[in-house]
Amino acid sequence: MELYLRTKNTASAVALADIPVVEYVELYNDLKERMTQERYHVGHYFATETENGLKFYMLLLDDEQGDVLITSFVPDYYASGLASLTAIHQAFHPFEREMHELYGIPFDNHPWLKPLRFSHDRRDRNSTMDSYPFYEMEGEELHEVNVGPIHAGIIEPGAFRFICNGEQVLHLEIALGYQHRGVETEMVKSDNRLRQTLIAESIAGDSAVAHTTAYAELSEKLMDTEIDEHLQRERFIGIELERMAMHLADTGALATDIGFQLYQVACEALRTVTINTTQAWCGNRFGKSLIRPFGTNHPLTEAKVEIIRRNVADVRRRYMELRSDILQSQTLLARFEQCGLVPREDMKRIGGVGMAARSSGLKRDIRCTHPSGFYASGVAHEPVLKHDGDVMSRLATRMDELVQSADYIEQALASYRPSGKLPAPNYNAQFKADALSFSFVEGWRGEICHVALTNAEGRITKYKIKDPSVHNWLGLAIAVRSEGISDFPINNKSFNLSYCGHDL
Amino acid sequence: MLIKLLNTLLMIVVALSITGVINRTRAVWAGRKGIRFFQHVYNVELQMRKGAVYSTTTSILFRIAPCVYLGAALLAFLFIPVANLEPMLSFHGDIILVAYLLALSRTALILAALDTGSSFEGMGAAREALYGALVEPALMMGMATLALFCGYSSFAEIFSMARDLDMNLTVVLVLVAYVFVVIMFVEAGRVPVDDPRTHLELTMIHEVMCLDYSGIDMAMIHIAGWLKNSIFAIIAANAVSVAFCFHWWFAAPLAILGTGIAIGVVESFRARNKLTRNTTFILTIVAMSALVLLTGFLLIQNIEI
Repeated sequence: MELYLRTKNTASAVALADIPVVEYVELYNDLKERMTQERYHVGHYFATETENGLKFYMLLLDDEQGDVLITSFVPDYYASGLASLTAIHQAFHPFEREMHELYGIPFDNHPWLKPLRFSHDRRDRNSTMDSYPFYEMEGEELHEVNVGPIHAGIIEPGAFRFICNGEQVLHLEIALGYQHRGVETEMVKSDNRLRQTLIAESIAGDSAVAHTTAYAELSEKLMDTEIDEHLQRERFIGIELERMAMHLADTGALATDIGFQLYQVACEALRTVTINTTQAWCGNRFGKSLIRPFGTNHPLTEAKVEIIRRNVADVRRRYMELRSDILQSQTLLARFEQCGLVPREDMKRIGGVGMAARSSGLKRDIRCTHPSGFYASGVAHEPVLKHDGDVMSRLATRMDELVQSADYIEQALASYRPSGKLPAPNYNAQFKADALSFSFVEGWRGEICHVALTNAEGRITKYKIKDPSVHNWLGLAIAVRSEGISDFPINNKSFNLSYCGHDL
Repeated sequence: MLIKLLNTLLMIVVALSITGVINRTRAVWAGRKGIRFFQHVYNVELQMRKGAVYSTTTSILFRIAPCVYLGAALLAFLFIPVANLEPMLSFHGDIILVAYLLALSRTALILAALDTGSSFEGMGAAREALYGALVEPALMMGMATLALFCGYSSFAEIFSMARDLDMNLTVVLVLVAYVFVVIMFVEAGRVPVDDPRTHLELTMIHEVMCLDYSGIDMAMIHIAGWLKNSIFAIIAANAVSVAFCFHWWFAAPLAILGTGIAIGVVESFRARNKLTRNTTFILTIVAMSALVLLTGFLLIQNIEI
């Protein structure tokens, strides 16, 4: 029997009946072998409640063939005797931890079965943030430094526990889960699609466009309609503009963290131009209200195309200058090079995705492996790869991707004659019944995955979201090992992971 | 007496203005208008009108530390002459007293930081103690060079006798000034050693030791910082004016502009050091001042090499 259903990121939703239901032991043995190959990585893995207990779904990505492999299994009622996949492939750790937290599934031999996000409907109500089992080390010369959970500035809550020998970090443990937003529950609470869209926009404020695109594509697959080619092109421009804005912000933030005023103010100025362009387009600097399922309220016009074209060209030109300055700045290079190394092997082991993975030489990019929309039809994306895996690599990846995004936008606009008329959003279409719909979108941070299950009436009954941060937080913990504790901030900024994307 | 008052007044002007010049220089390079020139003074004035909050884990040590910090800095401040003027206080060997008053003020703050029991402040205290210990030889040898030239060991006498110096010593004096300016980078906690504007506790040195202070205590720490800045700036400016133009109206503006602009430019155009590189940076100053002392000695003795 086939273990997996093979489908594409562009295909429409799959019927639940078509997804093979396999024996866990067989799946386990297959994954044990399969996941050693670099071409596979885990897209999502979750459990959902049925009348007879739990049913598990897993989505794997095959980077070589561009396939998405879907499978499911139903364990016994108590879901006992499931051997932990994390024990052999650590990339599974956040998923198994989440299921353990929500349903109390005892994964055997899981090396790190700790709570993930303390959601309000967790199984063990006695497991609170105050009783989080931090890793401990004994030693006269060691000291612990706890940072957070209340952020000293304006960012979100998260506890960072360092174990240091003097200035040197031996171990960092990151405990998140302070927000209890219940996003996934909110998504299924009401059938109001506009409400769902707005929630999707708020999953992570810095990836509003990418997350909303993921929601929109997911719901369009459930509608089973053709999407206007022009609409796809405009979404593409929205995502790439967001990527430009965030990469600019992070370049500036990295300069801030080493006290380099000049590059900081230069990047801030360019970022303002970029997000103001998005504002001129849709009325919101972060691209909220830009993406809607099936249509849009903000179609591009000749005038708007001209604004975007001019501003993007301007930002690109000024950024090129800045980039060549940054690459020659010795004091900056002295801080960033050979700092916070995450070797390729480690990145692969923890299942790193997105630009952080590409900075370690690991080619994970939905835009080229599983393209959808305009990425499939309009551009042949070649990911930027860096091989050192240090802070400088992550900065260099950002800088190259920014220029690449500017080129893509220019290219997408060059031959574009906007009609100014695109379909209006559709919030009422009937969804396919008993189906599983998923979408993968490469946001600026990495692959975003949304999965939805519908019931017999075509209502969404289960909605699962995965922000790339879920994979990459562990990468940050690895990066700072044996670094000076004072270099933690630049490492943190070089990943710039999302707290709210993790604390759904 | 009038001269002594003028001297103190000038020192106060220097102390208050340096931060303003730094901020303005940075703003110009960033293409900004910048904050008011004396904004830092208004901020401190505001803090002085506020009460202080104390953590329950701290002891009396934590409360008296700002007074000791400010008192020691103020006393040291009164020994410094502006070029040809006379300082308020002076006696033989006061250069040693000044050096150790500065060390005392640092010790007070380090103990207070440890007293809070915070892991951040403990790290800051450890860093401050290390850099303080490393920079001290540079300070002593810089002062020794000045004393060597004049044969005196009080600031007032050194600079009052300095006008008869041989022109050969000009280059050494300029280097002494350089050493003092760089020492000021370390003592004042500016880039590349420390960054007073950073919000990242894990990277801080001086700022992290003051995290638990508020209100009037914070104001005292700020004022002491300005006083310490002016001490180093004036010594550096004096050394330069000995070589070129030994008048207070030359030395005081030079102290304000020279150090202020130097710090502002450095902070605009370079990154902070990696923390481990700071020790190398400070030891380089120490080596530099040893070289200055040796060169000065050879020149004074007219030893041909």
